[in-house]
Amino acid sequence: MSVLTKQTTYESVGTPAGQLLSDGWIATRRNLIKIKRVPEILVFTILQPIMFVLLFSQVYGGAMNVSDYTNFLMAGIFAQTVIFGSTFSGAAMAQDLKDGIIDRFRTLPMSPAAVLIGRTNGDLVINSISMLIMMGTGWIVGWRVTTSVWGFLGGVAILLLFSYSFSWVMALLGMSVRSPEVINNASFMILFPLTFISNAFVPIHTMPEVLKNIAEWNPVSALVESARQLFGNTNPDFPEPTAWTLQNPFITILIGIVLMLLIFVPLCIRKFESISSR
Amino acid sequence: MTIIEARGLKKIYKSKSGPVHALDGLDLLVPQGTVKALLGPNGAGKTTVVKVLTTLIQPTEGTAFVDGIDVLANPRAARRIIGASGQYAAVDENLTGFENLEMVGRLYHLGAKTARRRAQELIDQFELTEAGNRPVKGFSGGMRRRIDLAGALVINPKILFLDEPTTGLDPRSRLALWEIIKNLVSDGTTLLLTTQYLEEADHLADDIAVIDGGKVIAEGTSDQLKARIGGHRVVVALVDEADAGAASEILARHGEGEARVSDDRRSVEVAVTEGPRALQYILADLGQAGVGLHDAGMRRPTLDDVFLKLTGHTAENEQDAENSEMEKAK
Repeated sequence: MSVLTKQTTYESVGTPAGQLLSDGWIATRRNLIKIKRVPEILVFTILQPIMFVLLFSQVYGGAMNVSDYTNFLMAGIFAQTVIFGSTFSGAAMAQDLKDGIIDRFRTLPMSPAAVLIGRTNGDLVINSISMLIMMGTGWIVGWRVTTSVWGFLGGVAILLLFSYSFSWVMALLGMSVRSPEVINNASFMILFPLTFISNAFVPIHTMPEVLKNIAEWNPVSALVESARQLFGNTNPDFPEPTAWTLQNPFITILIGIVLMLLIFVPLCIRKFESISSR
Repeated sequence: MTIIEARGLKKIYKSKSGPVHALDGLDLLVPQGTVKALLGPNGAGKTTVVKVLTTLIQPTEGTAFVDGIDVLANPRAARRIIGASGQYAAVDENLTGFENLEMVGRLYHLGAKTARRRAQELIDQFELTEAGNRPVKGFSGGMRRRIDLAGALVINPKILFLDEPTTGLDPRSRLALWEIIKNLVSDGTTLLLTTQYLEEADHLADDIAVIDGGKVIAEGTSDQLKARIGGHRVVVALVDEADAGAASEILARHGEGEARVSDDRRSVEVAVTEGPRALQYILADLGQAGVGLHDAGMRRPTLDDVFLKLTGHTAENEQDAENSEMEKAK
């Protein structure tokens, strides 16, 4: 016990913003270590995108009476994969709550947003890896960006940005459910309709009227349309979209991203400040 | 000087069967540098008190101060001087023991170098040196608990809260943890701990608050509490359980209050004022009545007796009942 001095003194990190960055980074590092130590995460992150790209392009591709389905498809696969990648935040928050480590964090004088920042950053890293893998696999099966480097980077950025803000939605869900299992089931119930009733895999004009309306206003459609345009992968065989949201996909999706962040970041922080295990 | 002060704490949860009063006007004062144990069965409100004092939940009513800081108004200032370890080892499974402690240090804003140094000190102090660089995932329950406790000690907190620190540990790990806790408080840390183990409170605490139904129902040193239910107790073990009725009548005649018959009706006991003499009379009367005995003797009252006396039910029984209720609810 001789090494212990009474009440270790503090080296103040400084401004609240500096402290937030520092705390956020420490919480992020925790999740990066997890990616490194739990091989299942990485295997899932790498194999799932490869599987989806190959399945859709090779299995459906032939049946789709469309020239160049692979190019049309890729933006949809990107969107679906990064949105599913965002569910890690929900499951992880629910697990942390169950394990009691949230209680530990909440008794520390850290920024209340730090754990959430660390968590959503973790998703961003996973999704970035997924994107790289998908792009590689896509390239092999014939996907080509026909615009410019800027179009390419813009498309990647908008997909990751959307998935990042969606991570906050899932994090709130994760803090609100009773167990991590619930979140897995719930996210499938939400994510399958969300990604499938959209223009991700098929052109909207082929859908029945009701679904068509839903798909037009589905933010995922605007996301996919944006990415498609930025990559230069729109298919000239399909009619021009008639809905405002898809005629102006960039504005729509940027509004969507900003709204999600404005609503869910404060909600998440407020929720975090009131939760405790069991 | 009082360093932990809670007054009139109420916590009311809504549930389907009406409001639940987890805390029902609880007052608590802990002088600096002492160890206070909150003793009570599951559901008595122990954990809720600790959660209020460690800024985890807001009470419905009441005030709480640690070292003069208003916990409810200024939780972040309170967090700078407390260390807390909950009922379930709150550690990150994927990090090593060292990484867990370093992370906690960083989040206390100790700075990178100090956090690392402190993590290493604690690893050594808690004899986790070999395990310190392996992910916690592979640790035993006792080792996890030690890492978690070490996490609560990263800043050498002025005030330490331990919620059921040894629940679920095997007897050896429990003894080891007791030793660690005793060492800690010997250098002046104020400790508030909760426990369902009467023995644990007896062993570690200067002062015990018995909690039941969200309130403190008795308070004092272990000896004071024991004194409240009289001196010794006479216990006899019967050969034939059919004699239980006759035996309890004879014991009651020479004791204070009613005699208590065990569930298996094999043993009867009663509180007495003058132990040896009461024992003599009891044995003589039992002999005359022809009651056969396996064993007879006196013992000092335990905190279990205190609990029974104060609440009309034993701590263990209620806890079992409640655990099975909880199992059913799951």
